[in-house]
Amino acid sequence: MRFGVVIFPGSNCEQDVVHAAEVLGHEAGYIWHGDTDISGFDAIVLPGGFSYGDYIRCGAVARFSPVMAEVIRFAERGGPVIGICNGFQILAEAHLLPGALLRNRGLKFICTQTTLRVEENSCQWMDATPGTLLRIPINHNEGNYICDPETLERLQGNGQIVLRYCEADGSRAEGGSAPNGALDDIAGICNERGNVFGLMPHPERVVDPAVGITDGAVVFTSIARRLAEVV
Amino acid sequence: MREDLAPELAPQLAVELGLKPAEYDKVVEILGRTPTVTELYMYSLMWSEHCSYKHSRKALRMFPTEGEHVLQGPGENAGVIGVGDGWALAFKMESHNHPSAIEPYQGAATGVGGIIRDIFTMGARPIASLNSLRFGTLDKPRQRYLFEGAVAGIGGYGNCLGVPTVGGEVYFDEAYEGNCLINAMSLGLMREEKLTSAVASGPGNLVLLIGSTTGRDGIGGASTLASQEFDEKAEDKRPSVQVGDPFEEKLLIEACLELLEEGLLVGLGDLGAAGLTSSASEMASRGGVGLDIDVTKIPAREEAMKPFEFMVSESQERMLAVLVPENLEAAQAVCTKWGLRSTVIGTVTDTGRFVVREGDEIVADMPAATLAHDAPIYDPAMTRPAYLDEVQVFDPITGVDHPGCEYVLDDIVLALLASPNICSRRWIWQQYDHQVMLNTVVLPGGDAAVLRIGDTGRGEMTERGVAVSSDCNGRYCYLDPYVGAQIAFAEAARNVVCSGGTPAAITDCLNFGNPEKPEVFWTFYEAIRGLSDACRAFGVPVISGNVSFYNESFGSPIYPTPTVGMVGVMEDVSKHCTVAFKAEGDVVFLLGETENEIGGSEYLKLAHGVVSGKPPALDLELEQAVQATVLAAIDAGLLRSAHDCSEGGLAVTLAECCMAGDLGADIHLDDDLPAYASLFSETQSRIVVTTTPEDAEKLVEIALEREIPYSIIGTVGGARLDIANRASLTLEQLREAWEPALERALAGA
Amino acid sequence: MARFQIFVTYKKGIFDPPGATAERALVSLGYDEVSSVKIGKFIQLEVADGTSEERVAEMCGKLLANPVIEDFRIEPVEEA
Repeated sequence: MRFGVVIFPGSNCEQDVVHAAEVLGHEAGYIWHGDTDISGFDAIVLPGGFSYGDYIRCGAVARFSPVMAEVIRFAERGGPVIGICNGFQILAEAHLLPGALLRNRGLKFICTQTTLRVEENSCQWMDATPGTLLRIPINHNEGNYICDPETLERLQGNGQIVLRYCEADGSRAEGGSAPNGALDDIAGICNERGNVFGLMPHPERVVDPAVGITDGAVVFTSIARRLAEVV
Repeated sequence: MREDLAPELAPQLAVELGLKPAEYDKVVEILGRTPTVTELYMYSLMWSEHCSYKHSRKALRMFPTEGEHVLQGPGENAGVIGVGDGWALAFKMESHNHPSAIEPYQGAATGVGGIIRDIFTMGARPIASLNSLRFGTLDKPRQRYLFEGAVAGIGGYGNCLGVPTVGGEVYFDEAYEGNCLINAMSLGLMREEKLTSAVASGPGNLVLLIGSTTGRDGIGGASTLASQEFDEKAEDKRPSVQVGDPFEEKLLIEACLELLEEGLLVGLGDLGAAGLTSSASEMASRGGVGLDIDVTKIPAREEAMKPFEFMVSESQERMLAVLVPENLEAAQAVCTKWGLRSTVIGTVTDTGRFVVREGDEIVADMPAATLAHDAPIYDPAMTRPAYLDEVQVFDPITGVDHPGCEYVLDDIVLALLASPNICSRRWIWQQYDHQVMLNTVVLPGGDAAVLRIGDTGRGEMTERGVAVSSDCNGRYCYLDPYVGAQIAFAEAARNVVCSGGTPAAITDCLNFGNPEKPEVFWTFYEAIRGLSDACRAFGVPVISGNVSFYNESFGSPIYPTPTVGMVGVMEDVSKHCTVAFKAEGDVVFLLGETENEIGGSEYLKLAHGVVSGKPPALDLELEQAVQATVLAAIDAGLLRSAHDCSEGGLAVTLAECCMAGDLGADIHLDDDLPAYASLFSETQSRIVVTTTPEDAEKLVEIALEREIPYSIIGTVGGARLDIANRASLTLEQLREAWEPALERALAGA
Repeated sequence: MARFQIFVTYKKGIFDPPGATAERALVSLGYDEVSSVKIGKFIQLEVADGTSEERVAEMCGKLLANPVIEDFRIEPVEEA
């Protein structure tokens, strides 16, 4: 399959996603934010970084890039879209996913390994058994997920909370296990249809065995398996 | 020609701008007339210490600068070495001490921005940053503010660029209280054939200014701040500190690399200290050409800016490119694609003169090369500082009461682990993106950062790697600048070697006080001599660097701090080694042997409040033999772990190996030393390594071949670090002391 | 040229970490009377004469503020 990785001005993880996809034997190509043709790609990735410097708000400007209109149409037709870190922030700003990402509770940028628990596998980007623990790093200043109580209830009821931060043994600490203070320890959510996935952790950073563990591969292989079934 | 300066007023302005009377006379002699205001500003900045190295240049000639790996030595924006298969690495370290002491976040951020521009100016994609920081002690709120601000600034800038910050070092000592040090190092990767020069050539070619607008910010910022001592008025200088825009810099990186990739440029330079004056005059003098620049063409950020303000502004995130007219359209299209402003501000001429005009009127006209090259070179007076006799005569063995019993030593081990100079640096590196680009093989916290060589997501990935470390113990340099500088080199090399890298070249950042004081200059000269001797002994050249003088406050200099940034090459990055103990039953070796050397040690300072004595001795031959043993053993696949002994001595080294591996160790030391010395002595040329029991004999053979002293000191296992008769602590106790210590110190606890 | 001032603040109930931190810091400095600090954004906008407040509100809703988490208030600036 072929991943299309969007480059916004200020994106900085696009090359990492392409490398991870290639390590897993898939094809990947770049899409410039000013382009409006995204045909030829099976899945779209909005990578991490600081699009437009994260000035105004993270993702606030990028959502108006010409390519985003196409990405939204692609998602509405059921096409698989993933937003990683800044990509998640862009998806939230574009209202493809509910809620918003606030500044980390500790007011500091955090780059560290986290343990995540797979909560649901109805998302097309996550077919691991619920309860599976994944070691995937986070790297952000604004990853503190928030939404209103009704939205939270809906996310919980529909099985849209795909990944939660947890302790190393899979439990959740009483005061929350999210290093950024995220509501309900939310690390990643999907839309109701399960084709649009947004997460703060960086799965592409833990794919290549030459530089460490490979817990992030499941995100890319899940969607590949899913698309293979459909075809 | 605008004559805007009366002959009788010119000398006074010259003095105000920092030119000495003799230097002013030389300007008049070069021009053959009274300089204009613009000319005087340009000369005063280019001839400032920061830009001209007028006090240090002669001493720096001692450095060896050539070697088998060197593709570009000192003289360009960064040095470049070949790392195999046509890959080249550009790297350099630079100080941003003075701006950071005034505004730590922006000072540190723009320091990172400046060094990264030096790297991509060479045609290399920046792939990693390190930093070397010094502050006063954290019990002072001001020091906590400076430290937290600098770390946030380094992270804020580097994270946005997507360049991983992979390593560094930090020390806290009263000597840096009035003058913190922020040294930033950056590395970039390119194919050898892409090596670019900051040169202007080809009369008729165009000069293109790319990036941010030009304002009054930072006028005389880095160059004047870095060329004078601090006093109580330093805070008033706040407006002259520049504000960084990492987003603009990220766009500059991408656009400039694309311009070079497309072959659209003749030369590329960055605007750093002394702004347009510096980059333009250096590019012109390298190419032996002249330039004609019209300041009215420069996009201004503020109204009514004067020509001199355009010429010396240190507004950040600007690059200067020279290109043939036929490529202008294509080059500007690349800039526009990346959302960057680009403006033709002048042309290359064959006159050799740097002409600045404001519309039709010429406001400066001078031989371009005289700005970059004709600054006076001084031979500063030197005197051995009187304090050295006092400190070196002190015998730390008899001069203080050392503890004896085991109980007390446990406490000292824990206190050392909790020292801000030794404890976990997690609080720092968690604020840095250290993984982006997916080449960080060893995460921060080890001896050296290890990076895979590869053009992630764009081109080829390789099995090669580099190990990088920056080091300097300022206390040792204070007690003996010659030996201290050698130890800075030796430790940086040792760190690189412990990770599996073969030392290839260094960059340096030489932080000292006022060179016009003979006692300060003596320490500078001795440190250069020490560093040069170490470089020659190891066959490792200096390929780039930076001198930062005037690091004083209220008349007292900092410790001499010649920071070494060492790069080692690895043919097979998968063979890298880490500090962590790996498995129960592994055999623990100490390569080298411990002497009772506690002068200048962290133990002496922490337990006795004393910074005195002689620093540990360094035997360069032994150092090389120990390092060669480790490299040979890593290459043969024998080592499970390797970690050098530095601040805090063997006890701290062992504790760090245990904590990193989550394994204890059972250790027996038979060194005939008092317990405090065997645990805390900072004897050089020592490395703790482990092997499987089966491989132990093979390691012994290698050590014997190299004729180095070694001892088998124990085995890995259990949940305690037990050093027979000296200290015994659980892993939990070690962690409790080491891990949260920095946060605790910052909480003011 | 018309001028507007725009104040962007977090909606009620959204945790404001910088505000909370400033609040704690002020209290620890001895300003016991401080009971709440909220930190938001202040934007100065210059637009063509005759631009309506509704149009400025549209800019806020679309880009300058995020209606999911933020409220905004617009004040026209009277020229002296």
